[in-house]
Amino acid sequence: MRILTLKRSSILPGFGLTLGLAVFYLSLIVLIPLSGLFLKTAAMSWSGFWHTVADPRALASYRLTFGAAFVGAAVNAVFGFVVAWTLVRYRFPGRRLLDAAVDLPFALPTAVSGIALTALYSQNGWIGRLFAPYGIKTAFSPLGVAIALTFIGLPFVVRTLQPAIEDLDAGMEEAAHTLGASRFQTFRQVIFPFLLPATLTGFAMAFARALGEYGSVIFISGNMPMRTEISSLLIVAKLEQYDYAGATAIAVVMLLASFLLLLAINLTQRWFSSRLGRSAA
Amino acid sequence: MNANPLTRSDPRWLRALLIALTVLFLGLFLILPLATVFLEALRKGVGAYFASFRDPAARSAIRLTLLTAGIAVPCNLAFGLVASWAIAKFEFKGKSMLITLIDLPFAVSPVISGLIYVLMFGAQGWFGPWLAAHHVHIIFAVPGIVLATIFVTFPFVARELIPLMQEQDTDEEYAAISLGASGWQTFWRVTLPNVKWALLYGVVLCNARAMGEFGAVSVVSGHIRGLTNTMPLHVEILYNEYNFVAAFAVASLLALLALATLIAKTALESRIRTGAQAVEPLEMETIA
Repeated sequence: MRILTLKRSSILPGFGLTLGLAVFYLSLIVLIPLSGLFLKTAAMSWSGFWHTVADPRALASYRLTFGAAFVGAAVNAVFGFVVAWTLVRYRFPGRRLLDAAVDLPFALPTAVSGIALTALYSQNGWIGRLFAPYGIKTAFSPLGVAIALTFIGLPFVVRTLQPAIEDLDAGMEEAAHTLGASRFQTFRQVIFPFLLPATLTGFAMAFARALGEYGSVIFISGNMPMRTEISSLLIVAKLEQYDYAGATAIAVVMLLASFLLLLAINLTQRWFSSRLGRSAA
Repeated sequence: MNANPLTRSDPRWLRALLIALTVLFLGLFLILPLATVFLEALRKGVGAYFASFRDPAARSAIRLTLLTAGIAVPCNLAFGLVASWAIAKFEFKGKSMLITLIDLPFAVSPVISGLIYVLMFGAQGWFGPWLAAHHVHIIFAVPGIVLATIFVTFPFVARELIPLMQEQDTDEEYAAISLGASGWQTFWRVTLPNVKWALLYGVVLCNARAMGEFGAVSVVSGHIRGLTNTMPLHVEILYNEYNFVAAFAVASLLALLALATLIAKTALESRIRTGAQAVEPLEMETIA
């Protein structure tokens, strides 16, 4: 850690001690174990790595994971927008309660969400039985995976949009109104372009979170290889067969995907904030 | 800010429609699953509900969860204080990179968080043979569970404290030092009271995740009943054995913890907001 050198001396004590302890603990808990993942992959041959990550079962798991994560994030982008708008702009009984409840998917342990959703959406569940007569399986199917990922991603869109909606300049809307724009025109041409960056950021964050989700999905998915097996579960399945190298290879693919996504989020946020000439919402 | 001028208000029918959609969507996706946990737990009556907690395996799962959080939260609390002191009170090169690295565990999915410790300490891991020769058990034992929990809850306290302490200037600390206070006294009497609500906020979130973590812990636990099952893992086992009442009974304790967390979080947010500009609590939070 040569780069961490003191630039300005301060009369406050404890710089060396606290920085040293922080870097030591960070290295021990996070950096060294994480680098082990890449070292393990580097020890694999290229063909062995490719054989593992491009095998049909792995490809099927990526398709399901990315597809269901995309559907969940898209549903959240639409309904999360409505929820955020309603919670910020309107006053109605129960609003504060609903507002606090938005964080529930963060606070509720994923295993609990998983069994609760499965109980609701399985054939005998309150919601599942409404769809069963039409031959729609809301649990133990790719649809079930998408439902769980919608639940898990819900807070991201709402919590990213709320401050952006609060920040909307009242003057802009009033000006549009004064100039004769209808409410719908004002929304489409003034409000929505302003809220688009926050919506996209929330979407991408929900998507990134959904890619790695495990606990809430494995109960409702049914876990059939090639059909309803998500990538996280494939990693666990390989570990249970003591195939460490195989598990690591899939893990590296998924980790790189989420890093790229986070990088994209940061870049687009920077792009939008420079375009709008204001700090990112 | 809440007084909506007439020009900004939507037509009455639109308000009604959007409020109905919001209530329906949140009711369907948030309230209903939460209610299900308690309804399923009480399906066979209060007697069966409480009987679930007399099972020794359930008790040992509760004990292990408390133990794990009891170690992981203080460790990450101490780290949060130490890291935020270094980052907020001093200038040094590589600071922004250090902040990014502290957030790293949020970008790693739960299963991968467990996997990295299996690669280090598992039977075929880097230190596996050495550990086996010295009869030290980390993976499929309590130390692995604690380590994985520390990893997934690593940033919670630090990420609340760092932005807040960076916003507060160091004048008060300088004054204390010039008046002859020791570094420790300055920290204890000046710095800590200034950040106490944000600190508590971080601890509450850290604790909720520590007690509720599933994926990472599941990978390193080995699922040995009565020994290496935390509450979420015990819920999984009971559920897979079709023992639904017991599974939802244990799950209901975790749901109560989640509700307590939400209440504490909401209460603390208003306190923090009055102090300093609200810390953005959500950016990248638990992308895992």
